[in-house]
Amino acid sequence: MFSKNRKTSFYILAAFFCLFVFFLYGPMFAIITLSFQGPNGGLTFPMNGFSTHWFSKLFQEQRVGDFQGSFSRSLTLAVIVMVATVVISLSAGMAFRKKFKFSNSLFYLTISSLIIPSILLTLGIGLLFDRLGLEGHWYTSGLGAHLTWTLPFGLLIMFAVFNRFDKSYEEAARDLGATNWQVLRFVLLPIIGPSLVGVGLFGFTLSFDEFARSLLSVGSKNTLPLEIFGMTTTVTTPTLYALGTLTTFVSFSIIAICFGVIVILEKRKKKFGDDSGKGLI
Amino acid sequence: MNIQLQILPLLSVLFLFLVAPVVIILAVSFWDYTEFSLIPDFVLTNYIEIFESGVTYSTYLNTFKFAFLGWLFTVIIGFTLAYFLAFHVRTLRWQIILFLICTIPFWTSNIIRMIAWIPVLGRNGLMNSLLLELGVISEPLEWLLYSDFAVILAFVHLYTLFMLVPIFNSMMRIDKSIIEAAQDMGANSLQILINVIVPLCLPGIAIGTIFVVSLIMGDFITVQAMSGGQSASVGLAMNNKRALLQYPAAAADAIILLCVVLGMVAILMRTINIRKEL
Repeated sequence: MFSKNRKTSFYILAAFFCLFVFFLYGPMFAIITLSFQGPNGGLTFPMNGFSTHWFSKLFQEQRVGDFQGSFSRSLTLAVIVMVATVVISLSAGMAFRKKFKFSNSLFYLTISSLIIPSILLTLGIGLLFDRLGLEGHWYTSGLGAHLTWTLPFGLLIMFAVFNRFDKSYEEAARDLGATNWQVLRFVLLPIIGPSLVGVGLFGFTLSFDEFARSLLSVGSKNTLPLEIFGMTTTVTTPTLYALGTLTTFVSFSIIAICFGVIVILEKRKKKFGDDSGKGLI
Repeated sequence: MNIQLQILPLLSVLFLFLVAPVVIILAVSFWDYTEFSLIPDFVLTNYIEIFESGVTYSTYLNTFKFAFLGWLFTVIIGFTLAYFLAFHVRTLRWQIILFLICTIPFWTSNIIRMIAWIPVLGRNGLMNSLLLELGVISEPLEWLLYSDFAVILAFVHLYTLFMLVPIFNSMMRIDKSIIEAAQDMGANSLQILINVIVPLCLPGIAIGTIFVVSLIMGDFITVQAMSGGQSASVGLAMNNKRALLQYPAAAADAIILLCVVLGMVAILMRTINIRKEL
């Protein structure tokens, strides 16, 4: 296993890995390719020309449902969920570093939020708002439903981060007279910053793509995944794939931006976090 | 900063959007209903109807089948991938890169990832064309899409990551000296795998199992989309009742499903301490 030369087992496993990656990405590339079908092309291969016809269809007014409305709602909601997930997870994550009453119960409650069947949750939230005589909206009941899905991930990441966090950095800062706020701002946040961007990535993407927990909780105006699912039964042209390509592109862009920010933050950490070798000042 | 204030946001979200909805579902499951309205009451008819109906048992059986097969494939594939990443990829840099390649699709839309199988598995899809071309089959296979096969394929496609991540995490925490010790005692790779690595990965497998099983047990959208409405699951049955405005019946379904899922998870939780595994 740890010998110098690669064994056959390595090549077999590597081939298996490649096969899995192909299985993971193959279908996605199939629809990305097919979304550029010519105007007379269909839902399957072969390609019948090459055009951006189906993309322009998306932007024509009301041709395929309320694409632009649902798109901007989903984008806005995803940003709100992202910010809320980062703030709430960080705050709760910091609390969990100390012992407090019912900390285990709160932890298991958060885990329940993750494993509870989505259909039950969305039904419950819908019923709750209905019974309270409130009208559900994507930015109220929908926001809450999404947070029940993103917060457990956020908190689990915070646990992983704080389990590996060296407390002596904070103690050193306190010994030097830093206030709580200064410790947070100048010690804690710079060190865990990259992980917080990761939490934000989960918050954004999980909300942007969430279908099951949105179903009965977002009120009368659909978010994008609901709109897309509605289209699977009504739209029989490559417009569906164009929409898929576009959403996937948005997701990929967010992932790329987050990775970029993480790399920059890590570089800053290296640059400012260590003055070894610079001698005595 | 005081702790109460720090946990307040999390607690309020969970209380408003998790605890309260479950409580109201529990209450509504005892209500009576007509075609047009819900009648606050305390009746057991919703539960009795569920337990007396044969459909319930066959639906649960079908859902358990999906959960078991989905679990089986994700655990085999997830373990193999994690094993490759943790013990055969030698540099941390490549481990991270390959791990991220597996993770990125998780951050894209599940619905799109399901739709993406249409041009691959459909009657005129790539798979059928390929098999026809090769002469393996003489006419297109109908069961590739809109079948139980497609449902399980989609589960494996969507959820293998939930198995891969915790198992990989367990493997990365294995002290290399334990493996070296086994080698020094003359164990071969297979013996190390079975007697050292697998036992030490059990917590990771348990966490992955919790994810995959609870996701599949509560699923309705994958089953509906990939089986083309031809297969049943508990979540789907519940959603159908909901669509017929039979909220109390759907609520009773939901409570039973919740008990089943929590029961399964509780058994798995006994074997591990999640907080320590992170």
